[in-house]
Amino acid sequence: MEILIPVFQIITSTFRVSTPLVFAALGGMMSERAGVINIALEGMMLMGAFGGAVVALTLHSSLYGALGAIAFSVGIAAIYGFFAIELRANQIVAGTAINMLAAGLTPFLSKVLYESSTSTPNLPLELRFQSSPVWVAWGLVILSWFWMKYTPSGLWIRFAGENPEALDSAGVRVKRVRWAAVLLSGLLAGLGGASLSIFLSSSFSRNMTAGRGFMALAALIFGKWKPIPTAAACLLFGFFDTLQIRLQGVVLWGTAPVPVQFIQILPYVVTIFVLAGVVGQSKAPKALGLPFIQD
Amino acid sequence: MKTGKSLFLFFQPIFSVILGLGIGLLITYAAGESPWNVFQIMVKSAFGSRYDLGMTLFYATPLIFTGLSVAVAFHAGLFNIGGEGQLEIGALATAAVGICFAGMPFPFAPILGVLGGILGGALWGAIPGWLRARRGSHEVINTIMLNFISAGLCSWVTLYVLKNPDSQNPETASIGVGYLIPQLKFFAEAPVSVAILLALLAAVLVWFLLWKTSLGFELRAVGQNEVAAKAAGIDVGKIRILAMVIAGGLAGLVGVSEVLGNAGRFKIGMSPGYGFMGIAVALLGRSRPLGVVASALLFGALHKGTSDLDFETENVTRDLSLILQATVILCVSADGLWSFFGNRLKNKHQIKKNLKGKLNFPVKTKSEAESSSTVTP
Amino acid sequence: MNPIVEFRGICKSFHGVKANADLHLQVKKGTIHAIVGENGAGKSTAMKILYGTYQPDSGEIYLDGKLWGGRMKPWSSPSDAIHCGIGMVHQHFMLGAPQTALENILLGVEPSPSWSSWLPFFLRPIDYQAARIKLNQISAQYGMKVDLDAKIENTSVGVQQRIEILKLLYRDANILILDEPTAVLTQQETEELFTNLRKLCQQGKTILIITHKLKEVMNLASRVTVFRRGRVVAERDIGRTSVEELATLMVGRKVNLQGAIPSQPKLGELALEVKNLSLDGHCSLRNLDLHVHGGEILGIAGVEGNGQTELLQALLHPKDQSLKGSLRLLGQDVSHFTADRIRSLCVGVIPEDRHREGLLLKKSVQENFLLGLQRRPPFYNKGLISTKKLTHEVRRIIDEYDIRPKSADVAVSTLSGGNQQKLIIAREFEFPPRFLIAAQPTRGVDVGAIESIHRRLLDARQKGCGILLISSELDEILALSDRILVMYEGKIVAEFQRGQVTEQVLGLRMGGASA
Repeated sequence: MEILIPVFQIITSTFRVSTPLVFAALGGMMSERAGVINIALEGMMLMGAFGGAVVALTLHSSLYGALGAIAFSVGIAAIYGFFAIELRANQIVAGTAINMLAAGLTPFLSKVLYESSTSTPNLPLELRFQSSPVWVAWGLVILSWFWMKYTPSGLWIRFAGENPEALDSAGVRVKRVRWAAVLLSGLLAGLGGASLSIFLSSSFSRNMTAGRGFMALAALIFGKWKPIPTAAACLLFGFFDTLQIRLQGVVLWGTAPVPVQFIQILPYVVTIFVLAGVVGQSKAPKALGLPFIQD
Repeated sequence: MKTGKSLFLFFQPIFSVILGLGIGLLITYAAGESPWNVFQIMVKSAFGSRYDLGMTLFYATPLIFTGLSVAVAFHAGLFNIGGEGQLEIGALATAAVGICFAGMPFPFAPILGVLGGILGGALWGAIPGWLRARRGSHEVINTIMLNFISAGLCSWVTLYVLKNPDSQNPETASIGVGYLIPQLKFFAEAPVSVAILLALLAAVLVWFLLWKTSLGFELRAVGQNEVAAKAAGIDVGKIRILAMVIAGGLAGLVGVSEVLGNAGRFKIGMSPGYGFMGIAVALLGRSRPLGVVASALLFGALHKGTSDLDFETENVTRDLSLILQATVILCVSADGLWSFFGNRLKNKHQIKKNLKGKLNFPVKTKSEAESSSTVTP
Repeated sequence: MNPIVEFRGICKSFHGVKANADLHLQVKKGTIHAIVGENGAGKSTAMKILYGTYQPDSGEIYLDGKLWGGRMKPWSSPSDAIHCGIGMVHQHFMLGAPQTALENILLGVEPSPSWSSWLPFFLRPIDYQAARIKLNQISAQYGMKVDLDAKIENTSVGVQQRIEILKLLYRDANILILDEPTAVLTQQETEELFTNLRKLCQQGKTILIITHKLKEVMNLASRVTVFRRGRVVAERDIGRTSVEELATLMVGRKVNLQGAIPSQPKLGELALEVKNLSLDGHCSLRNLDLHVHGGEILGIAGVEGNGQTELLQALLHPKDQSLKGSLRLLGQDVSHFTADRIRSLCVGVIPEDRHREGLLLKKSVQENFLLGLQRRPPFYNKGLISTKKLTHEVRRIIDEYDIRPKSADVAVSTLSGGNQQKLIIAREFEFPPRFLIAAQPTRGVDVGAIESIHRRLLDARQKGCGILLISSELDEILALSDRILVMYEGKIVAEFQRGQVTEQVLGLRMGGASA
């Protein structure tokens, strides 16, 4: 029995740690299936994490915090959408810029609001989520699977990323679909950010996403742009993360502790191997990254 | 008319930069500062004295390297987001050479260090190049992943292999004395070393490579139309790998200015995102070496200019640098920015004209049509 | 009775180039109306205006006597067109490859069960079952069967086209526009398509078909409109016209279908010898045998997509293909050569798709001329490019080949198709090739340039160059080739000597008919 306790702990911790990834990866899926590359996931998450912490603190409610997170991240997603969809900016460049913007804006605003650019004040425990984000995240995984497959808008998103001309000639406005997808992507990434700042920890701190947006992107590719495999990939990456925290300073063999860096980089190495076709092929939507220009 | 158009093309990036800076500075209103005031502080801080100018050049040096790196890859049709990882590995390699062969005398030591940096960066660039050429996996994701992997590796090497025994800071031991390169005394205390001359030389070499050699032509041909290049007998895969090797090598040279020219050791977190800024630098410089040098200077000035904001203003921190960079990149990157607003004006005009006709026949709306095409079993 | 579609004075230009000028056109309900014209005559543009993809600069269109678009009514979008019963099958199919046939057909008009009407329409679950029932009815009515659950990427071109037509019928389209529907079809598929179209027409649908294949027009349509340079030059009843008349109207002058008869070939050594070549691909090659001598033009006739692309790939990039059989070029076994080594044997290539395979569109004429010559003296010197010699040579070829505009610095994307092709030929002939692969050398090229290109090819033949000519234009094949092979479904199905075959016989063999 006693052996089972750490196992159980690892399982629950894996689910908790992977929650922000699941949200963000679902967000990434929305925009990428619609043909808009989403490198900006990291920035959207960061804005969400910040907005969540600030609103939860001001309005004394974690639920409002989540809504605040959405407001912030959808706001920055709208900027991204404007540049990527309307102005046909290179999506990779614009995405990188959005990440920089979020990385600069959040400490800037934090300094203005709380006199500290490193972190926001701590949230009391009752203002934090306990376990609900985990359930919401996995509920959304199922929901988005159904939505993609069985609703008109899900079908449109898939066509917007695969053959936007076909969608256009079928009488659906491609730009509108892509806009919706990018905003939705912002919403989900914002929830991912919120689950970092008001679920897994008790405040926003500078650059707290620490590459989770990119990791979500990696999970998305690993999961072949499909909701359930993507969520499973998030779980795997969350497991690596848990493992790395658990093994910090633990001596497994010899005298030196396990270098955690090697566990940290595992998800990225795995993604490279997946992309190289060593662990199954992953095919991106055909029109990914191509702006849609109406004649 | 033609000259007017090309003149516009020349000034367009400049307009975009001004627009981007303007938008970014407006944000300081939120912090209760006057944007104009902030701007003045920045200008003074970037160019106010010899020291300030020197610091601007010091920040511009790595940006020239990473900007060139992104530009070379871009000409070959590749997106090098991996400058950050390549410069880390390159700088670490430079430091490692300096630590392992600490006794090397002056003129040979820095050359060895430079070669180490090029080699390290080139290796890290070769990986995504090879993956793209031989496995077909996209370099954008691969370079992002490699950035994280290099961060992990560098942190491990720094903390466990080359650790500075005298310090708790995450940094390596110091390199041999022979490795330190001469400083330019004109800029007072600022750590401007001959690395900036190396950067300018690199820009010239890149220009020569791209526009004067057959290899450069092949590289640009591959970037422009891979299928046609292949049909013309160019080995596309080889060129791709080579382009990424060159790009990585250029990024790896950052270590020369940071390790050999300044710190004398590798420090974790040494780069404030030079790799990512390189994308902006290349973009703004339209991937031309001269443009890259010019825009590297601009971004260097931005970086230096914001560094004094922490104590010169109440609430504005140096994070403004990131915001300004972001708004500038966004405005420069937007392909349709100027035509977008142009078209808006034109469309408004047209709508007005149509309204004058006043005749609008009803067309079925989407929802009506939807209900009529709904099939009920 | 009102015509169901009527164009009145439609004008449309792109970037100052007139695509349609003062277009007038009337289509009767329940007929098959053909629109013919050369490439670039403005046929597709006119139809895209009707479908709402483009908005014309001026003019009006009436549908069944009612104003559809014009000065008094804003122009409609494709979705309005769909709701008014207009449907279009584009030349490049508008289908999502990983999606199923059913999903493709439903796109934009997804049915939903009645209980879900409280949801916004884009969130109502799709009622796939209802759609299947309706589609089965349509299939039965018009005799068009498809597997609704097949993914598009696994279906043949013919089936994809059927799916496109079903898409229109599912939307209750009454006016069907088909843009070059037979360009990629085999003979049987074409026959089947025509049968289906006739059936649709009998049930009251109106069909507008764009094509440049005149025999098909005579076979299918009841009325035909001829376009030339953006204008309507004639409208005829099929019963009162002939292929010859239509051809003359299309081109604008009497067409010489024969061309000057070249002299007897002076056969040189064996230039290309392909034995028992097999290659898997979109259309797999099966046991191909062919040979070309120096000084000879071997024409390969065939409908596109019958293995020509695969053959070209095998010849140009043998190393990248997993090919079986032997491939000898200019006396060497090249079956494991890269394009680089093939090129170094003095092999010239005029590619099938010059934009994709032959040009760097955004680069200048000069840089495009250099493409492929960048490692050959005198343009190459110890790793560097000799700009001086290059500039001089480019100036010379611009004059010699009459490439317009006469500037080495303009981007080739601004050149017309004919001038682009002349540039490619100038480049490939810079060092006289010993063997030339010419694929669709005059596609999308104006008449004047066609003659000059043909002359260049015959000149090269005269000088002893072996030429493999791949073309889907029968006139071209008949005029140039010393021998003709017919390719069908990846196999050589017939061989003829010059003058031994008529266009009719060749057309039949290309369509897979046996002798």
